[in-house]
Amino acid sequence: MIALRAITRSRLVWISLLIVAIAATLPLYVSAYILGLLTLAYYFGVFAMAWDLLFGFAGEVNFGPTFLIGLGAYTAGILNSRYGLSIPVCVVAGAAAAVAGGVLLALPALRLRGPYFGLITLVAVLLLQNMIVIFASVTGGEIGMTVTDVLSIDETENYEYALLFMALSGAILFGLSRSPIGLILQASGQDPIEAAALGFNVAKHKLAAFCVSALFSGLAGALLIFYLGTASVGTVVDISVGVQVIIAAVLGGRRTILGGAIGAVFLIVAGEVLRPLGELSTFVVSAVALAVILFFPAGLLGMLMRGREMR
Amino acid sequence: MVGLPSSSRKSRSLEPAIVRAMLGLQILIDGFAISALYALGATGFTLIFGVSGVLNLSHGAIMVAAAVAAWALAGNPLFGTYLGALLGVGVGVVVAFATYFIVVRPIQRSRAIAEVEKEIFILTGTLLWGIMIQEAIAYLYTSNPKTVRPLVDGVIGIAGVRTPINELVTAAICWSVIGLLWLLVNRTRAGKVLLAASINPRGVTLLGFELSSVYLLVWAIYGVLAGIAGVLLAMFLGVSSDGIGPLTASAFSIVVLGGLGSVSGSLAAAYVVGYIETITAYMISPAYRTIPVLLLLVLVVYLRPQGLLGRR
Repeated sequence: MIALRAITRSRLVWISLLIVAIAATLPLYVSAYILGLLTLAYYFGVFAMAWDLLFGFAGEVNFGPTFLIGLGAYTAGILNSRYGLSIPVCVVAGAAAAVAGGVLLALPALRLRGPYFGLITLVAVLLLQNMIVIFASVTGGEIGMTVTDVLSIDETENYEYALLFMALSGAILFGLSRSPIGLILQASGQDPIEAAALGFNVAKHKLAAFCVSALFSGLAGALLIFYLGTASVGTVVDISVGVQVIIAAVLGGRRTILGGAIGAVFLIVAGEVLRPLGELSTFVVSAVALAVILFFPAGLLGMLMRGREMR
Repeated sequence: MVGLPSSSRKSRSLEPAIVRAMLGLQILIDGFAISALYALGATGFTLIFGVSGVLNLSHGAIMVAAAVAAWALAGNPLFGTYLGALLGVGVGVVVAFATYFIVVRPIQRSRAIAEVEKEIFILTGTLLWGIMIQEAIAYLYTSNPKTVRPLVDGVIGIAGVRTPINELVTAAICWSVIGLLWLLVNRTRAGKVLLAASINPRGVTLLGFELSSVYLLVWAIYGVLAGIAGVLLAMFLGVSSDGIGPLTASAFSIVVLGGLGSVSGSLAAAYVVGYIETITAYMISPAYRTIPVLLLLVLVVYLRPQGLLGRR
């Protein structure tokens, strides 16, 4: 109850609600093209927020967010294109597969320290990518596969789905991070021995964090392919996609959850604004992200909040 | 992670036993050269980690930057192959120093970043820096694969297996450089300080050595190692800016397999990885060449997180 009251009192929450409300009215006055961009950005926002729960709170360096995202996306895609299951069933199955993947990742995470675990997550992505290419008859290999159903053919509807999904995920993840569970996670991330000495079950909480992060990654991955209509290694599995997710989360501000969404929108919009630069746009985006890390390590949202009410 | 030498040498159809023996020999030779290159590439990576605790995820980018510079300069008649290769290594050193001064040192000295989080910031920072180098190379020189003319041309037959002399030269250079590094670390004063810093940084400071100059030295050595490895790679297999990620990943996996910070472990692991990849590529299919290594890596990290010869 205390947590609930703290949340309703937090200014951040009200500002976020206002922004979501304004975002919901965007289809009235912006072009379908911009809506399409933002739709993509919202799904990326969920990826980044789910990643932040693991990194910012549980302190786990996950270099392979796309392992969880890809599992969700490909499971949903294969069930839809090969077995013709309906979208909701596929999305739930995709999320379940991602959670299973999350448990698989959590097992080494409980035993390994930073860089070792980071490498395992990297290897997990590379293995998944290899498997997708090897079993090309099922997955479409490097070319990718087309799913039979799509969420909607209307840009506005797609946009509203994505916004709703991001807002709900953000609310749940943010609520979780501000709850006692979030505090225990943060403690176990920073000093697992002391957290355990205080009587908290570190393993159980970390496992829960992995499951929740995987759940949202998988859901977002599955929904994303039903928005795009295709699933390919280049859009949901490749390491460069994972790097984008990480950049978005760090740019927005670690340990803020909501920062991930801001970072993702910023990244995608910046990429679009810089499109005239051609190949150099990635260079500029990386340079900006690096500058933020060097000069404002707390990230965009962290900079705005200056620790006033966040703690 | 790296393709096999393009010159596929098919043995003339003799008796199967001889063919098999020749294939075995070929795997032995190719694997040896590739592993030597892996070893050199991974040595610098592990050295930096051992001395300053930095996992440099722009490693592949530095290698490729040196290689592409050598490629661009060697194509200029003013420089030629040898000077071009040398200048390429120089570019490797410059980029390594840039990595240290622009990315790593500001993070190490930052007051805004908590001590426990520096590791992750350096990982993220060097990753971004690597992407910047990659994009800059792709923009200036396109992402097409580039091959530098080998230092020595020609082919030699070893018990019937036709082997480019360059392959042997590559292995020889790699081992000479690693040997020189060993001499430097174990037989010179500066090297001994470096070794001491990797064991106990605080103790070295207390003895009156400036830690920051030790770091400068180790980054200089690192730049030379990565530069040579990059240029040799460009002569042996060719490089492209798209191959930067896989290069970093293979150096990272070799180093973890051998034990973070252990140079001898990295050398052993480089041979394990090089031979497993070569055997897979020849006996099963080039498409599967990285998979057994990845599985081995997962297994080793689960069962023995400190790596084959790790200290911790």
